[in-house]
Amino acid sequence: MKLKGAQIVVESLIAEGVDTIFGFPGGAVLPLYDALYGSKLKHILVRHEQGAAHMADGYARATGRCGVALVTSGPGATNTVTGIATAYMDSIPMVVLTGQVPVGLIGNDAFQEADIVGITRPCTKHSYLVRDVNDLARTIKEAFYIATTGKPGPVLIDLPKDVLNATAEFEYPKTVSLRSYNPTVEGHPAQVKRAFEAMKQAKQPVLYIGGGMILANASAELVKFAQKTVMPVTTTLMAMGAYPSRDELFLGMLGMHGTYAANMAMHECDLMVCLGARFDDRVTGRLDAFAKTCTVIHVDIDPTSISKNVPAHIPVVADLLDVMKKLNALADKDSFDWDDKHRLWLTRLAEWKSIYPLRYEKSETGIIKPQFVVEQAWEAAKGRNPIWTTEVGQAQMWAAQFLQFDGPRTFLSSGGLGTMGYGLPAAIGAQAAFPGRLVVNIAGDGSIQMNIQEMITAVQYGLPVKTVILNNGVLGMVHQWQEMFHGKRYSNSEFAMNPDFVKLAEAYGAVGMRITKVADVRAALDEAYKIDKPVLMDFVVEKEEKVFPMVPAGGTVKEMMLL
Amino acid sequence: MKHTISVLVENRFGVLSRVAGLFSGRGFNIESLTVAETEDAAVSRMTIVTRGEDRIIEQINKQLNKLIDVIKVVDVTAEEHVERELLLVKLNAEEKNRAEILRMVEIFRGKIVDVSAKSYTVEISGGDRKIEAFIEMIRPLGMQEMARSGKIALPRGTGSSISKAKKPKSGG
Ligand SMILES: Cc1ncc(C[n+]2csc(CCOP(=O)(O)OP(=O)(O)O)c2C)c(N)n1
Ligand SMILES: [Mg+2]
Repeated sequence: MKLKGAQIVVESLIAEGVDTIFGFPGGAVLPLYDALYGSKLKHILVRHEQGAAHMADGYARATGRCGVALVTSGPGATNTVTGIATAYMDSIPMVVLTGQVPVGLIGNDAFQEADIVGITRPCTKHSYLVRDVNDLARTIKEAFYIATTGKPGPVLIDLPKDVLNATAEFEYPKTVSLRSYNPTVEGHPAQVKRAFEAMKQAKQPVLYIGGGMILANASAELVKFAQKTVMPVTTTLMAMGAYPSRDELFLGMLGMHGTYAANMAMHECDLMVCLGARFDDRVTGRLDAFAKTCTVIHVDIDPTSISKNVPAHIPVVADLLDVMKKLNALADKDSFDWDDKHRLWLTRLAEWKSIYPLRYEKSETGIIKPQFVVEQAWEAAKGRNPIWTTEVGQAQMWAAQFLQFDGPRTFLSSGGLGTMGYGLPAAIGAQAAFPGRLVVNIAGDGSIQMNIQEMITAVQYGLPVKTVILNNGVLGMVHQWQEMFHGKRYSNSEFAMNPDFVKLAEAYGAVGMRITKVADVRAALDEAYKIDKPVLMDFVVEKEEKVFPMVPAGGTVKEMMLL
Repeated sequence: MKHTISVLVENRFGVLSRVAGLFSGRGFNIESLTVAETEDAAVSRMTIVTRGEDRIIEQINKQLNKLIDVIKVVDVTAEEHVERELLLVKLNAEEKNRAEILRMVEIFRGKIVDVSAKSYTVEISGGDRKIEAFIEMIRPLGMQEMARSGKIALPRGTGSSISKAKKPKSGG
């Protein structure tokens, strides 16, 4: 069948099982938009290309499938860079299609030309510039394969306009053949056995879980394994939801704003079992005081993560789902008395948990505490199978601390890049995938303004996302650091003005609410969750509130500041 | 310590920038880098000379392997291998120097490849110690300019690294 390049793209996306794409048109991609017209692909027209990239990302995190964004050349392409970098840092499978000037004009400083392959080289897993329409279908096949296998990540395909207009014989390839790309999948059985034996030796083990557990769809195996072996679990920000928050073995999040119990467990353990995490500096603090006395098992699909920051005694390069299945098989066969071995350790952990739980002082002034809003947002969402997204800053940390999770892919947050402006478009992407579920974005008043234009996208497509603004009138996280580390010199972190969020919501055709009294918090949330439209809730909260506990950047557990 | 890393890559548009960008983006050092086609026109070989502690070299190897277009990475420093570099150097060929230049070129088994009224251009190939020794000997005689190719290397023994590299796997 002979098709135009643009049709080849559409047919290839359909062949990949794509149902929804997020995009914004322009000159270079007009042929592709023409091919979309009347096709069965659902296209969501965003208002800024960064929004398209984050929506594709949110869609991918919520579903586990590859997200797709489509933008024009030049400014359209450059506008996606933050979204691509966000997905790259968190290993999110995504394909970004960018228009490009015709092949003959590339390098000519042509109108709306940008070397987007060059610009995004350090923040994509791979990228292509398609110069020949005959390569198009194979390239798209490869792009999806690379984006979704091994350690997932964004792949960019740059599509010159003349390639989209040229014709070629179309047959979508069934397989990919790449001699230079072989994602390791299976865990070496002997190495997994070694890891298991080390676990049996340990008196004070801790399972340190990263986002890889969710990416590998291995959460159920983790729950089974932890419960069988009675090992305590702590998760990174990226892995919230990989283990049920309310389980007894759960210690909460670790790291800079992690719980006392989680950070102490990491400090006092004799065996650290790192599963799909990468010893980020927000987790380790000062490296020369981290994991000095314990054995380290590190399982990761990415060999570059292993022994990069913290040397691993037992490294396993593999897909976590495979390793977790193997570990469960070993545990099932074994009659080892884990309870007995870990009893003392678990008693200590329980003590830490009860002496230093996450807490905040209840409001005495009548001003709403942000943590209270988050707690209530969670309470009110019970039984509604919610998906949470966050912006970045204090609000994000309180969300991680005070929300509770029952399963994976329910907490979507920009961890690696820490991108303000992520939460709203990510929520829209998740809602597009799950129209019937409750999707709530926990936002700061600063972050929400970074992609607020996407409110109209939510309204236009009937995607009833809920946004909870913890409006403290400041760039709270910056403010906190200035208070603690810069002698209260609040340089440019206080908003002298903010828009009227209620009117703003209304201008977009959404519902706006302002909540200023503690007594009204719950009722507002209950009401908002029932409305079948996007809602923007402006909770006016305490400005001076800080996120605790806190291990200062580059510090150690010993320097942990509690409330 | 100095390492010579041999990297087989797909001979494609943009591969050099991926490799070079990896080094600059992660703060790895490059002492020299050469790249050209191999016996298989679809494959290029890059030879990269770098320096770093073992931990860094391990990261460099792994990060290179992670690039989609990289077929094979060998740290040849740890293996039996031969390595060569080519030096071209233009020397002041004044009357009083000429005999000494010729003597040096002979000792180092080089060649004079271009002659003008006031200069000789000399070609020398060898390992880096030889090249550096030559430069040191010749410098006092007056050097006008020089170019070094950067090092290339091959493992010793029979066979091609490309055919020994991993076979294509299919998926999807
Ligand atoms: C795009 C971007 N710019 C700057 C920052 C730095 N930054 C991190 S947190 C923060 C403050 C966020 O303020 P707000 O959204 O109001 O949240 P709050 O901390 O007040 O809860 C800033 C500016 C960032 N993370 N992302
Ligand atoms: Mg704020």
